[in-house]
Amino acid sequence: MLAKIKEFLGMEAKPEELASKEEVEKVAEEKAKPRIGYVHLSGCTGDVMSLSENYDILAELLTNMVEIVYGQTLADVWEMPEMDLVLVEGSVCLQDEHSVKELMEAREKAGLVVAFGSCAATGCFTRYSRGGQQARPDHESFVPIADLVKVDCAIPGCPPSPEIIAKTVVAVINGDMDYLQPMIDLVGYTEACGCDLQYKVVNQALCIGCGTCAMSCQTRALTMTDGRPELTSARCVKCGICYTQCPRSWWPADRIKQDLGL
Amino acid sequence: MVLGTYKEVVTARSTDKEIQKIAQDGGIVSALFCYALDEKLIDGAVVAGPGKDFWKPEPMVAMSSDEILAAAGTKYTFSPNVWMLKKAVRQYGLEKLGTVAIPCQTMGIRKMQSYPFGVRFLADKIALITGIFCMENFPFTSLETLMAKMGVSPELVEKMDIGKGKFWIHTADEVLSLPLKETHGYEQSGCKVCLDYVSELSDVATGSVGSGDGWSTVFTRTDAGETIFKAAVDAGVIETKAVNEGKFGLEMLTKLATQKKEKAMKEIDRRKAMGLPVPYKGSSEKEDPLANV
Ligand SMILES: Cc1cc2nc3c(=O)[nH]c(=O)nc-3n(C[C@H](O)[C@H](O)[C@H](O)COP(=O)(O)OP(=O)(O)OC[C@H]3O[C@@H](n4cnc5c(N)ncnc54)[C@H](O)[C@@H]3O)c2cc1C
Ligand code: SF4
Ligand code: SF4
Ligand code: SF4
Repeated sequence: MLAKIKEFLGMEAKPEELASKEEVEKVAEEKAKPRIGYVHLSGCTGDVMSLSENYDILAELLTNMVEIVYGQTLADVWEMPEMDLVLVEGSVCLQDEHSVKELMEAREKAGLVVAFGSCAATGCFTRYSRGGQQARPDHESFVPIADLVKVDCAIPGCPPSPEIIAKTVVAVINGDMDYLQPMIDLVGYTEACGCDLQYKVVNQALCIGCGTCAMSCQTRALTMTDGRPELTSARCVKCGICYTQCPRSWWPADRIKQDLGL
Repeated sequence: MVLGTYKEVVTARSTDKEIQKIAQDGGIVSALFCYALDEKLIDGAVVAGPGKDFWKPEPMVAMSSDEILAAAGTKYTFSPNVWMLKKAVRQYGLEKLGTVAIPCQTMGIRKMQSYPFGVRFLADKIALITGIFCMENFPFTSLETLMAKMGVSPELVEKMDIGKGKFWIHTADEVLSLPLKETHGYEQSGCKVCLDYVSELSDVATGSVGSGDGWSTVFTRTDAGETIFKAAVDAGVIETKAVNEGKFGLEMLTKLATQKKEKAMKEIDRRKAMGLPVPYKGSSEKEDPLANV
């Protein structure tokens, strides 16, 4: 992944230590704008809507920082071109030949594949799909894209917040690997559920009753009872955000101190 | 760095007689929020408000000084304040939000600000985190048991306090205490790996240790925290004096913070050796074993 981002920024010849932040920025400035594609599988377009909610930076982003070379709703292009990075929204329906093919093609043609939003990253609410509906009763099985192709980076969220999308784009352009590391690690987190809080935090003697999980749940599936998260599983869409935001799942101390100037 | 990064540390208290009467220590949390509300630096604050049961707090969005004061005083059990932040922004429509947070809650908020995966348009609305020191916390049932051990029913308790090696309970007409040895086993287990004593990531951090009765130790940490605290001091809402550097001041605070961190580091290493998950690095993986990473 690191090598790929460096390649993408035109720094492949330089050892990591030699490429200072300023240099990376300079390279990013001089380099042709990264070619970004957007592949829309079984998603709701909410993720790309969220991207567009970065009102103050959107015009700058689309005109000066990146080039959108492919994507339904974004570009009138039928043949998938070569891309530096592809944002894949939605999970894949195994019975839909076209979706599977488009994902495979995206993997071939893009330097970096990003699972964009929880459907792509964890399956999210398509985890509940079980077929039996017209007009394609056979369309039954939906999986996160990492089940079929190698994914480089995941941005979960249902949808991901406009801010995390903006922060990620900036980090990619600056080659800020430290910032992206959690998103690289999250690629492996494909079987998400609100019950992870119980399995991976409460059961592991880590919960401190802070309430961050309940705050971040996007469907209000969580409440706090006697200082512990309580899940109403019927409301849970398996987006994985609660566990992702819990301060006891992973802890980016250095980045926080840097952000706060401490 | 056992006390975190800070700009200044002082001993301080609210100059308001009413706050002095009801606050846990120097009333810094309440005084700062009341001042920030009056000056419109925040338009509300999430505090640990009174709940249905005595001494079992409920997070509450306070939008007036009266509501801030109704939540004064320490409750030694969970108040999931972070949970309420979203409600404060979405349902109360607040744009500049303050919150009081023990260190682990501050960690949840700061992580959300740096990595707001699913949390839209909230990170930039947190205007003031007043952090409080914290050695450990107790499940509510533990707290009930401690009160029962001391033979007092919750509705009679006026104040609880931990200090000088004891758990203290004040009622209208007596002061009871329990040696901390007897509270062991009642603490929350998640606290055992906690590496933050003095709310290292807050804007302003305050607690009782290091200052005399009725006074608080205060660290200003971020630029935002320094600005608000100084303004409150200049406005005469908070009075300060030099912190006692000696045995009952910073030395004591440093000692307790170090003890907490050393104990937690041991537990982290022990857990790692057993293959149990813990989000922090082991002592061999980091330069400063006492850093909160
Ligand atoms: C669990 C716990 C452990 C603590 N351990 C220590 C310690 O080891 N050493 C030390 O010096 N200080 C400790 N403190 C802090 C201390 O008890 C006071 O809270 C602090 O000094 C603030 O006093 P004050 O007079 O400025 O606040 P006040 O003006 O009295 O206001 C206190 C504020 O804290 C909020 N609050 C009360 N209980 C909780 C809670 N459980 N969770 C979140 N917010 C709450 C209230 O809503 C109020 O806004 C602890 C506090 C807690 C909650
Ligand atoms: S976010 Fe806080 S309350 Fe929720 S599981 Fe994690 S530690 Fe517990
Ligand atoms: S509980 Fe909420 S945040 Fe957690 S996975 Fe379910 S829907 Fe997502
Ligand atoms: S000791 Fe740490 S984990 Fe426990 S309540 Fe206090 S701040 Fe939270």
